[in-house]
Amino acid sequence: MTTRIDQRFAALKSEGRAALVTFTMAGDPDTKTSLEILKALPKAGADVIELGMPFTDPMADGPAIQAGGLRALNAGQTMIKTLAMIRAFRKDDDATPIVLMGYYNPIYIYGVAKFLVDAKAAGVDGLIVVDLPPEEDEELCLPALKAGLNFIRLATPTTDDNRLPAVLANTSGFVYYVSITGITGSAAPDAAKVHAAVTRIKRHTKLPVAVGFGVRTAKQARAIAEGAEAVVVGSALVGALKDSLDKKGKATGKTVKAVTSLVAELAKGVRGAKQTAAK
Amino acid sequence: MNAPHQPNSFRKGPDDRGHFGIYGGRYVAETLMPPLLALEAAYAEAKADPEFQKEMDGHLKNYVGRPSPLYLAERMTERFGGARIYFKREDLNHTGAHKVNNVLGQIMLARRMGKPRVIAETGAGMHGVATATLCAKFGIKCVVYMGSVDVARQQPNLMRMQALGAEIVPVQSGSKTLKDAMNEALRDWVTNVADTFYCIGTVAGPHPYPVMVRDFQCIIGNETREQILEAEGRLPDSLIACIGGGSNAMGLFHPFLDDRQIEIYGVEAAGHGLNSSKHAASVAGGRPAVLHGNRTYLLTNKDGQIKEAHSISAGLDYPGIGPEHAWLADIGRIKFLSATDKEALGAFQLCSQLEGIIPALEPAHALAKVAQLAPKKSRDHLMVVNLSGRGDKDLASVAEHLGGHL
Repeated sequence: MTTRIDQRFAALKSEGRAALVTFTMAGDPDTKTSLEILKALPKAGADVIELGMPFTDPMADGPAIQAGGLRALNAGQTMIKTLAMIRAFRKDDDATPIVLMGYYNPIYIYGVAKFLVDAKAAGVDGLIVVDLPPEEDEELCLPALKAGLNFIRLATPTTDDNRLPAVLANTSGFVYYVSITGITGSAAPDAAKVHAAVTRIKRHTKLPVAVGFGVRTAKQARAIAEGAEAVVVGSALVGALKDSLDKKGKATGKTVKAVTSLVAELAKGVRGAKQTAAK
Repeated sequence: MNAPHQPNSFRKGPDDRGHFGIYGGRYVAETLMPPLLALEAAYAEAKADPEFQKEMDGHLKNYVGRPSPLYLAERMTERFGGARIYFKREDLNHTGAHKVNNVLGQIMLARRMGKPRVIAETGAGMHGVATATLCAKFGIKCVVYMGSVDVARQQPNLMRMQALGAEIVPVQSGSKTLKDAMNEALRDWVTNVADTFYCIGTVAGPHPYPVMVRDFQCIIGNETREQILEAEGRLPDSLIACIGGGSNAMGLFHPFLDDRQIEIYGVEAAGHGLNSSKHAASVAGGRPAVLHGNRTYLLTNKDGQIKEAHSISAGLDYPGIGPEHAWLADIGRIKFLSATDKEALGAFQLCSQLEGIIPALEPAHALAKVAQLAPKKSRDHLMVVNLSGRGDKDLASVAEHLGGHL
């Protein structure tokens, strides 16, 4: 089965370049602005879109994404609204892959079976659920695969060679390599170390490897892209969004632009990379 | 409704992946899976090592001051005119609560695993104090995460931790209480996983914490069994304890779970009342959900967001409960009750003035239900309540709630 994710990575491989994966939080700072941003992302240079499902207790996220999630929740974002945003996006764009990213409880409470049906129908392509390691695959991973969604797993610096096969076993779409031991948006990754790790992962899988956590600038994105099929940027975009808000935390005329211009800059970085890993 | 399936034993859980029925498990970020597997292996090894147990027994006796007494509360018994009420005096342990039983085990394990740095979350501060204490004793660096609301209402414990050399990190996110302290501790662990041991204070979190903390706390129930046999020549008729995460309760209850004639009561914090939105009763007012590494009863809204808990007692102010409690609640082995802030304050005063024992606000919730249950029991009914901690830390906040004076 090919999904939009598979198709997109195959197309980029033939172009000989890496993908820019952007993360923004659904409903941040409000549903309407968030949808405008979502719709503007592909044109700005996003190849794959990760859309965060806000959660009150995001244990793996740093201050920027924590704050983004709270802004969304305070503005009334719900799972139903998040899926509606994706349906609206799909009216104009049937090619750009969308991956929902977040924590398990909002999905569990929505109901796994219903969630998978609704997400697939809305046009979701894949899921990244931070707090579902392979030990809990029966919860969501296996049903998601059965429903035709990609389940993208995180591999981390603590995932050693003994464990990688278990982590990769039911992974599809791409592998998300967390470049640091830490929370989102913290220390900048060391490109040389990251490339070594990506090489290690690629010994175990043919899937594309995306690298994220701590990538903030076009320069960093370019350096990472030289040794991976994709670069994920999240906290920097959520931070740029925050800086564009008014004193009350509401969207301004600059908000959409603040995100898309950073995306354009990052895309330039990624596209300027001399790709080695995807060959 | 069908009667729930009753297992042959209530003491066999969890399975090898940490499940108690549908509860428990390991819902954590991948970064934390390898250290959890390493912890599980190290704990299994330590548990099988007679030297580890022998050293722990020595510290429990000479440092913690165990066994803690089982005390017949004569005036309270007389006042209620029913059950004979015994207090298991965990308040008399070094550091003033049951928390130290678990922390001793975990810090010995941290040392055995060669981890030079320990982190902990704390609500009321008793777990933080116990962790700071054992880290001082074993020469390990200690960092304690504490919600800023709790920092303000548990000043004495803050100062104790500082005196013991721990670094305290006030947590400003979310509801600024225990739940948020645990989020921050998990974020620290993800970041510093190579050299850091996470010492969880209750029977919750990802496997193996619920089972490991339970095992370390079972000394409460094991001692109680011996002591009541000595005092009364038979087992108790009922057990009662407060439940936040539920470690003091599990420690008392677990060794008695298969003595099916014994009634077991867990008391949750009802805050301003179960019908208000301000309570911390996750069994009475929550539903199965996933947070902090485990599936259990949690206060969650219909969109899967975690609701803020409320209790006058910082130690019970948590929107969840240990997964084994959730399972025992479903199959009916533990009967769950709840006590409001007001009831707990009343019990706090009554216990202080009738028995000369100032209880922590946490066990005051259990005492509040003793006041309701004991009068209905016959005079030969033996009721053991876990007096899980002492109340010195709560004097300022109790005084405030009572209008400025005690």
